[in-house]
Amino acid sequence: MNAATATATGSPLGVDTIALSITINGKSHHVGIAASATLLDLIRDQLGLTGTKKGCDMGACGACTVLMQGRRIKSCLALAASYDGETITTIEGIGTAEALHPLQAAFIRHDALQCGYCTPGQILSGIALLDEKPESLAAIREGMSGNLCRCGAYPNIVAAIAEVAGR
Amino acid sequence: MSGPAFHYSRAADVGDAVNQGARSGAAFLAGGTDLLQLWKAGAMAPKGVVDISRLPLRDVSSFDGGLSLGALARLSDVAAHPVVTRDHPLIAEAILASASGQIRNMATVGGNLLQRTRCPYFRTEGLACNKRRPGSGCGALSGESRQAALFGASTSCVATHASDLAVALTALEAEVEILGDAGRKRFPLADLYRLPADAPERETNLAAGDLITGIHVPNASRFAASSTYLKVRDRASFEFAVVSVAAVLRVENGTIVEARLAAGGVAPLPWRLTRSEAALTGRAPEDPTIATAGDLAVEHARPLSHNGFKVELLRNAVIRALQTIGGRR
Repeated sequence: MNAATATATGSPLGVDTIALSITINGKSHHVGIAASATLLDLIRDQLGLTGTKKGCDMGACGACTVLMQGRRIKSCLALAASYDGETITTIEGIGTAEALHPLQAAFIRHDALQCGYCTPGQILSGIALLDEKPESLAAIREGMSGNLCRCGAYPNIVAAIAEVAGR
Repeated sequence: MSGPAFHYSRAADVGDAVNQGARSGAAFLAGGTDLLQLWKAGAMAPKGVVDISRLPLRDVSSFDGGLSLGALARLSDVAAHPVVTRDHPLIAEAILASASGQIRNMATVGGNLLQRTRCPYFRTEGLACNKRRPGSGCGALSGESRQAALFGASTSCVATHASDLAVALTALEAEVEILGDAGRKRFPLADLYRLPADAPERETNLAAGDLITGIHVPNASRFAASSTYLKVRDRASFEFAVVSVAAVLRVENGTIVEARLAAGGVAPLPWRLTRSEAALTGRAPEDPTIATAGDLAVEHARPLSHNGFKVELLRNAVIRALQTIGGRR
């Protein structure tokens, strides 16, 4: 917690600007945000990291999934101001074109996407799920229920995660 | 998608949270998973958001077989806690049947208990809802009532309570601890909630600024091997209950000596099935007794035009839950 950096300055209109420090993919950012900005809006609109997607913006689709200290969260339901001082990983922080994360490579091998819009969220959710050590295909399906895929690539997504999990 | 602007402040400690929370138009922010949805949907428009997420109320601890959950403990941490999985598996089951992995990492125990109804009339701007806009009428009463309550509703509101955890905690006779203007108080979870009557906008007995600090579950290790949470929903995961049942039994020498049943998705609050409990106590856990418990669970059900199927669903869910426990012993 760093209360000193989260200094709110009120205006008569109730529009607050808040100074916020946040580390994303190992890089620290110091920005002024609206009190009502979500973490998703901060990541996409202010920091330009557009790999994180805005799907439903209501916590249902999972396209906005990011990691907070390794735990998956939905950035559309996270109030940015509340994440002052936190450490976040987005899809831009996972693998490189030359050295993909094993789950990214598995997604390609298993053809686990069509349009690709949900894929960043699927990958981050899958990485966090791998840390939870799913014990079966059923556990992978249950564990991935917070990520929707309109193209219906679910069987391939489950197969890709299962391969990396050794299931 | 967003709602009107609000002021943001962070509570320095629990006392500060109570003071800030008592201000007009203030709303506490814990995990934010419900507050942000409500704000985006226009169902809540706080003037000030008081961030309590960093207060030191996250501990899960045990005492003489009982359990204390800090109000800000994350659902995923509670469900994975070794004492919870060993002595209170009903709590872990109910949590793991809730929401998704991402949401369970964010959502808190206190926030879960205070989540607002999923009634579409409440969640959709422009539709009639006495809970969102007192006096605007209840759209569900004469409209789409599939989700609506079977028990405890009124002519002003037929919405159901959506929490799974609250149903499990009701069956375990948990207590809520709060801090408010009047100091620290502790009371049964059942007393937290209010029936809608003619004021559905008032869902709890909390006063402005009252902060839930923790939940206390009395010793339930005697139920650990004979409890179950059955959730019936429209899809297998990441969905709210159509009907759910939390059941705990204690059987000695072939006789049920203690029975607790609570149902979710069927009332404005977790609905304790006391008549079913009485019918089970003192009897052997055999099919006719279990069937009677199912019948009594729905005896006073008052379905509307689209939720009549929930009567049989609840009856069968009670029977299935009791049979599941029977099969485990």
